Amino acid sequence: MLLIPCPWCGPREDDEFTFGGEADFPRPAEPEALTDEQWADYLFMRDNRRGRHREQWCHTAGCRRWFIVERDTVTNEILGAGTYGGSP
Amino acid sequence: MQFYSLPNLIRRGLRGHKDWTPAWRKAEPRPSYDVVIVGAGGHGLATAYYLAKLHGVTNVAVLERGWLGGGNIGRNTAIVRSNYLWDASAHIYEFSLKLWEGLSQELNYNVMFSQRGLLNIAHSEQEMRDLARRVGANRLNGIDAELLSTAEISKLVPVLNTSPDTRYPVLGGTLQRRGGVARHDAVAWGYARAADALGVDIIENCEVTGIRTANGRVTALETTRGEIRAGTVGLVVAGNATVLASMAGIRLPIQSHPLQALVTEPLKPVFDPVVMSAAVHVYVHQTDRGELVLGAGIDAPVSYDLNGNFRIIEHVLAAVSELFPIFSRVRMLRQWAGTVDVCPDASPIISGTPIKGLFMNCGWGTGGFKATPGSGWVFAHTLAHQEPHPLNEPFSLDRFTSGALIDEHGAAAVAH
Repeated sequence: MLLIPCPWCGPREDDEFTFGGEADFPRPAEPEALTDEQWADYLFMRDNRRGRHREQWCHTAGCRRWFIVERDTVTNEILGAGTYGGSP
Repeated sequence: MQFYSLPNLIRRGLRGHKDWTPAWRKAEPRPSYDVVIVGAGGHGLATAYYLAKLHGVTNVAVLERGWLGGGNIGRNTAIVRSNYLWDASAHIYEFSLKLWEGLSQELNYNVMFSQRGLLNIAHSEQEMRDLARRVGANRLNGIDAELLSTAEISKLVPVLNTSPDTRYPVLGGTLQRRGGVARHDAVAWGYARAADALGVDIIENCEVTGIRTANGRVTALETTRGEIRAGTVGLVVAGNATVLASMAGIRLPIQSHPLQALVTEPLKPVFDPVVMSAAVHVYVHQTDRGELVLGAGIDAPVSYDLNGNFRIIEHVLAAVSELFPIFSRVRMLRQWAGTVDVCPDASPIISGTPIKGLFMNCGWGTGGFKATPGSGWVFAHTLAHQEPHPLNEPFSLDRFTSGALIDEHGAAAVAH
């Protein structure tokens, strides 16, 4: 089980949360301007890193807010958590 | 290769079993091969075997980071079936099932393929409609499939709780009688032995650390045991496909998750078929030794951790106790996890890549074991001809750009 540090509610067990996949790939501002390859890259391709991984979580059964966690995907160690843009 | 047979067993037995030779050589890496396959698991070894057997390509090495068969070929729940919904999947899994049916003879190695039947049970009206649709689709593809009522299921598996007052009552199900289980380690060992006998070098403790390319072509692999040149490279590494592909600058639509399984203490034989429930996320069968093998769903977060979340175990055991009250006090012997590489459409990638000579067979997600013979067969064809066989053409990496996905999430009665 993971103990996930919600920036607003503090550390809670992982069954209160929903995993939201990798962080740091914003939706393209003009999707219609992309080639098929660029759109596929945004939609499907993932870094799927072995090691340090920045990812999105939602505190579904708590404050219901999204935030970013950095975790090691081999050891499951939580390396840090933060909000989008750094402000709560 | 020493032929395994009853007369040979008796002859060597009378001599005290002293002159058996190892089933395969411990090969040393040579500087260059025609084809190098990365990953000595089921799919990789099957690929090497069919390359040598059917295509006459014997200057082949299979590289393995750890030990032969130590990855997902030894971590799955050994289930074999072909009752997939979509044509592309149905064709390749049914082709594979047909190879399973002759595999022990083909390899002269008992893979203990046991067609004990595979039962998918449904717990809602919508699931019943979906199953009926899948039975129709299977039959159109020549795959055996039957729709069963609750009474028929109760007769087939008397220990399954089919009373209407359970938390999720069993409303019916489907049966594929040709489905079943196989001895998963034996599959790796059998293919390794047969490939080795045809001249394939199987090199363990040899980790690939880099992929060399020149002018858009693969030229060599850097490994912990030196550089190995190859004109054709096949990456067949469940659980590390992204890591390997990234060495060649290729991005994949894959996310890796732990998938757990458990095994109980041995019991007397109590039920025959494999029982799967997609709704409560459990699949269970009894091995020839009497243990129950229980499979669970994946951990939601991306992870390469080989323990898995304990919450999943609680969930699967709750489901098993509800479906099979008779097992509620059975003790678990052990638990393990494997890393599964899941594609967005829950279908594999058996494909060329933007780099010439570099091919991938990966992304099998939670269901690669059943495909082992067929996957090796089509991938060997792909490597030998440098282009896909019609059976694996739909499973290209390009489908994520073209949009021609093969959406088996849910559709294939995948239990997660």
